[in-house]
Amino acid sequence: MPSLIEKTACNGLLPVVAGGVSLSELPPARITSVAPLAGKDRAVGTALKALGLGWPAPGRSVTKGAAGCLWTGRGQAFLIGADPDGLSAIAALTDQSDGWARMRLSGPGAEAVLARLVPLDLRAAAFPVGAVARTGLNHMMTVLSRAEAESFDILVFRSMAASAVHEVQQAMAAVAARQSAG
Amino acid sequence: MRIICPLCGDRDRREFHYYGDAVYADRPGEGAAPEDWDAYLHLRDNPAGETRDLWYHELGCSAWIEVTRNTVTHAVLSTRLVAARGGDGPSGGDISGKMKPAAKRRGKTA
Repeated sequence: MPSLIEKTACNGLLPVVAGGVSLSELPPARITSVAPLAGKDRAVGTALKALGLGWPAPGRSVTKGAAGCLWTGRGQAFLIGADPDGLSAIAALTDQSDGWARMRLSGPGAEAVLARLVPLDLRAAAFPVGAVARTGLNHMMTVLSRAEAESFDILVFRSMAASAVHEVQQAMAAVAARQSAG
Repeated sequence: MRIICPLCGDRDRREFHYYGDAVYADRPGEGAAPEDWDAYLHLRDNPAGETRDLWYHELGCSAWIEVTRNTVTHAVLSTRLVAARGGDGPSGGDISGKMKPAAKRRGKTA
């Protein structure tokens, strides 16, 4: 058997810290795209409830501990950090675990950093904890969610990991520079 | 310019890709007359005023959206999912709202 070295998407790139904001890689987790088959919406909701989760409304997520179900489009959600038990007969499942780079941006200035990259109102009133958006991180597709009051989870395609880290790092540096300039 | 995605809400225009007139969603049915195909492929109005066209929420939720807008004022008047044209209505969760065959949906002759 060859000995393979497992590397995470942001291997060697993270964490980075600037101006009280930190960008770190989230631990590897199983990611499954769940798309209910025709007429099976309710059954999929029930199966997800059995996992302690549920089908998320558009722009929302359902979380329990480290597991979560994020709305990612019409008739599609990402099940993260949980095995898709009881779903294979009622939903189209796609394993995407290695397809995404998952990062967490945390700190009091996280909103200000993302404001430079994301064309959305990310203030807590408009984008509260549990909110999810598929949008652009500068020119990259991203799945953005607010995990905690001052923490955002950023998903980008794995091949975009280095670009995403670069973009966010630049924005972090710019926000930090403005802070230090007073 | 901002477009309201029926699922995601108010979003910036940069998230969307323009496809063309909404008539592209009304594909002629099987056995349609050549004139219908000619109209479907080539004949477009160029109104100074209200128009309907198809947009793709490319940098967002990947939904196809029918946008009614005014070419003079640039106002976006209304939006709906192309899937909602079938009559089943959008649910955000369902993938069953497939479009009906054009022959059934076409109430009027071109």
